[in-house]
Amino acid sequence: MTIEAGLMRYEKLNEMIKDELQRKNKVVISNVNGQRYLGCAVDEGKTLELHGTPGNDMACYLNGGKVEVFGNCQDAVGNTMNGGLIIVHGHSGDAMGYGMRDGQIYIQKNVACRGGIHMKEFENMKPVLVIGKNAGSFLGEYMAGGTIVLLGLGLKRNEKLFGTHCASGMHGGKIFVRGSFPKENLSPNIKVSSLTDEDMKELSSYVKKYCRFFGEDYSDIMSKPFKKLSPATSRPYANLYTPN
Amino acid sequence: MLKEGQVRIPSGCAIAAIIDKKGERINGSEIIKSIALMHDRSNGLGGGFAAYGIYPEHANDYAFHVFYDSAQSRKECEDFLFKHFNVDVSEKIPTRKTEKIGLGPDIWRYFALPNKVRMSESRLDEEEYTAQCVTHINTSIDGAFVFSSGKNMGCFKAVGYPEDVGEFYMLDQYEAYLWTAHGRFPTNTPGWWGGAHPFNILDWSIVHNGEISSYDANRRYIEQFGYKCTNQTDTEVITYLFDHLIRHHGLPIDVAADVLTAPEWDEIDNMPAEKKEYFTNLRAIYSGALVNGPFSVILGSNKGLLAINDRLKLRSLTAAVKGNRAYFASEESAIRIVCPDPDEVWSVSGSEPVFIPLELDEKEGSAK
Repeated sequence: MTIEAGLMRYEKLNEMIKDELQRKNKVVISNVNGQRYLGCAVDEGKTLELHGTPGNDMACYLNGGKVEVFGNCQDAVGNTMNGGLIIVHGHSGDAMGYGMRDGQIYIQKNVACRGGIHMKEFENMKPVLVIGKNAGSFLGEYMAGGTIVLLGLGLKRNEKLFGTHCASGMHGGKIFVRGSFPKENLSPNIKVSSLTDEDMKELSSYVKKYCRFFGEDYSDIMSKPFKKLSPATSRPYANLYTPN
Repeated sequence: MLKEGQVRIPSGCAIAAIIDKKGERINGSEIIKSIALMHDRSNGLGGGFAAYGIYPEHANDYAFHVFYDSAQSRKECEDFLFKHFNVDVSEKIPTRKTEKIGLGPDIWRYFALPNKVRMSESRLDEEEYTAQCVTHINTSIDGAFVFSSGKNMGCFKAVGYPEDVGEFYMLDQYEAYLWTAHGRFPTNTPGWWGGAHPFNILDWSIVHNGEISSYDANRRYIEQFGYKCTNQTDTEVITYLFDHLIRHHGLPIDVAADVLTAPEWDEIDNMPAEKKEYFTNLRAIYSGALVNGPFSVILGSNKGLLAINDRLKLRSLTAAVKGNRAYFASEESAIRIVCPDPDEVWSVSGSEPVFIPLELDEKEGSAK
């Protein structure tokens, strides 16, 4: 089943998708032009395939379903997602994975500003954001849990792995970075360490999936060393306004 | 009536722009198509466009676009204009009746050059003379409002959604090498015809998504130099800042952009010596012109197109290039609807202004 989105209003398109997904497990949308909220709260076992440029808040509150995009995404992909899988064959705008609670996002190229802002985890819910190329400023801002993986694939000489204020206010979770990274862009109170055996096990499962989704070579990617960024304190702003 | 929280308005202003570096002209329907795709970002309380290169037959005249509330305000304004300028053409700006645009002011257009005798008596250069005349009309003549005063360019704006404003002004009848557009969602200030974007003085026009949280500091700074903020909204101050920095102080456009979006002190502390000195000087000399966001802003001019974001990158802005053309929009989809296959597309970052210069031949006249 393919729906041609064209210039259809987002309300109508989302209604049609909801309707189709009640009867079928997979819906394909072609010629998407900025329609918002596509794949909102899609449940486990349901798949949405999007061709074109989906609008803001794509796959927000995703509830276990799968959304695959052939094209670039805009802002707030996977906003507050609850679980499931998002695969983007392209790049994304600002605030990807905003407040995500569980599930996994794989993005082939780069994310703009504030990727993984305020990701969080609780018991078995552990969100994962895997970025193939690089990230803009404020990656992992206020991050409270979960894992971000930054692979740095295809970086040009003048491009950096992440922008300024990386992990600003981070107080939980971890960021795995591959190869050299701009230390000057890292916020204070962030620890740089080597990966433990457990970290390596976790990382390799994400990298394997990335390779499967985007046709990259696993051993190529793993041949470069990774580092782990994690918060040195759980209260980075404790003394922002008062000395103690 | 729905209560707060029961109604969701998914919006936040939209901006878009297209430029052809070599001066090839683009029909107005293109920019309308781009801004219309972001319909949901505005709420019908303001839309507008700036177009450069639309008046080649009057390329050396100032083109004044004026709103009038009454016949009396037009008479007073024309008395002033005819005294201070040699007016070649005075006409109503053609509009198309559409029910989507409510009753508004009378809209007139004048092609004019400063009266040479008066200008030499005033001891001002042509641009300063013209700018001061515009400020005089906007502050002293009740019900008259000059909303466009550049050469070979014009602003078109109204209360309404941008695509309806474009239809109202018949922009499909205009060809420009540089277009900017705005869909407004006013938050703190009234939605009125003069308050729609773009904001213009001389060749400079500004469209803006966001807020200027440093507005009063910037206004106090710029009003020391004869500017008057008359539009009841924050954005106009950016227009005057650029005009002041570039025209009065002779700063190159990219340096003026660095003044408005200078980095934080702790970033400056970590810079190499030369860059550190540059930004330290800019922040020391022009502290009153530092603009705090959140904003994404596009400056249109006869020199080219400049896009800037606030330092903390709190508003989205996407850029793309294809051959001689460059595109900007709040959302990537609004670029792809007019340029489906760009050579390059990227998100504009907070610390790197993007400037696309116009490279016109001398005979085109307007590039300086």
